[in-house]
Amino acid sequence: MAHVSMSVNGKKVSGQVEDRTLLVNFIRETRNLTGTHVGCDTSQCGACVVHVNGKAVKSCTLLAVQADGADVVTIEGLANGANLHPVQAAFREHHGLQCGFCTPGMIMSAVDMINRYGPGNLDEKTIRHELEGNICRCTGYQNIVKAIKAASDEMAGMQQAAE
Amino acid sequence: MYETTYHRAESVENAVALLGGADDPKILSGGQTLLPTMKQRLAAPSDLIDVSRIADMHGICEDGNAISIGAATTHAEVAGSDLVKARIPGLAKLAGGIGDPAVRHMGTLGGSIANNDPAADYPSALVALNATISTTKRKLSAEEFFTGMFETALDEDEIVLSVSFPVAEKSAYAKYPNPASRYAMAGVFVARHGDGTVRVAVTGAGQNGVFRSAEMEAALAANFTPEAVAGISVDADGLLSDIHGSNAYRANLVTVMAKRAVAAAG
Repeated sequence: MAHVSMSVNGKKVSGQVEDRTLLVNFIRETRNLTGTHVGCDTSQCGACVVHVNGKAVKSCTLLAVQADGADVVTIEGLANGANLHPVQAAFREHHGLQCGFCTPGMIMSAVDMINRYGPGNLDEKTIRHELEGNICRCTGYQNIVKAIKAASDEMAGMQQAAE
Repeated sequence: MYETTYHRAESVENAVALLGGADDPKILSGGQTLLPTMKQRLAAPSDLIDVSRIADMHGICEDGNAISIGAATTHAEVAGSDLVKARIPGLAKLAGGIGDPAVRHMGTLGGSIANNDPAADYPSALVALNATISTTKRKLSAEEFFTGMFETALDEDEIVLSVSFPVAEKSAYAKYPNPASRYAMAGVFVARHGDGTVRVAVTGAGQNGVFRSAEMEAALAANFTPEAVAGISVDADGLLSDIHGSNAYRANLVTVMAKRAVAAAG
């Protein structure tokens, strides 16, 4: 057993875990944050994507002990109270989902993508390429790509307005 | 996943000591291959020794006419490095095409080469650029290091510390990814060095992992154009043949990827 402590969505958490416990299980079972999904469990599908120290990672392919001391953000940590994160709002607006199973991972990957490229700097081709590690079996990706593009542009506008 | 005991190494010396003191240990770096393998119960190390937080194993720096990259440096860091992009653009491009963005945030150079998956991208860059691998025991050339499918020259208690890539005049990588797994069905790294020699290294296709094509190298040394390799086929006999593609198909892909790599190198 190992003792881990980390920040999850800004809250300090700690606990005893088996050394082999995956981060996704720690988040879901110990913290009861079940928004992060386990899809393929083989690091292909991206339903489990969370941010560790500001970077998108597959939480099914990371031990909880590896994230000891880290800042972890899950889908539950994106919204500001009742105000959805712009990427969440864009997925709703553009109907970027059907069954919704892949959505948490899609949104966490989208936020990471926008952070890396900078708001407003994403075109459709880049978005599709960047979504290589997130699989959706319902939508055909069309509206997901649309939502991410809209959110990226919206966030660029917000940034401009703030300056 | 079977039970295992996790250790976080604080230093290289600490990692070596932990390795020596364990029953059946494995080095854990990014874990993007090791953890899925353990989850499938295809590997069951008694101990995992995490080297990802050892500061000495991180970073990218210029080292004479070479770029030295720490073994625990992630693919995303190599792909995003201004230094690598400016000096060895083919290497930055290769790192940016491994797996997917989330995998690149965790996966590391040292982990990839120590595993030596026959379809991994990095081995081709190390061989074509004539890189030198520094370990806790010695320095090895890339060709000495990669010894076969999932096999390297590393001893059980030896850890990769860094890789030094000589700056090539021109370099580029082209791969044909498997449509499902995105691993290379054939990947070709082409490098023209300052002394006029050319190295062509092929990954994804060979039964024994990465290999060089002497015929393509000679042709490109004389005439560095895609046309120079268009008529050259590698021997299909030593190539992988599976449900994803026959050896003859892969042999054809190697020629096509070599042409694309030379064209991209310019």
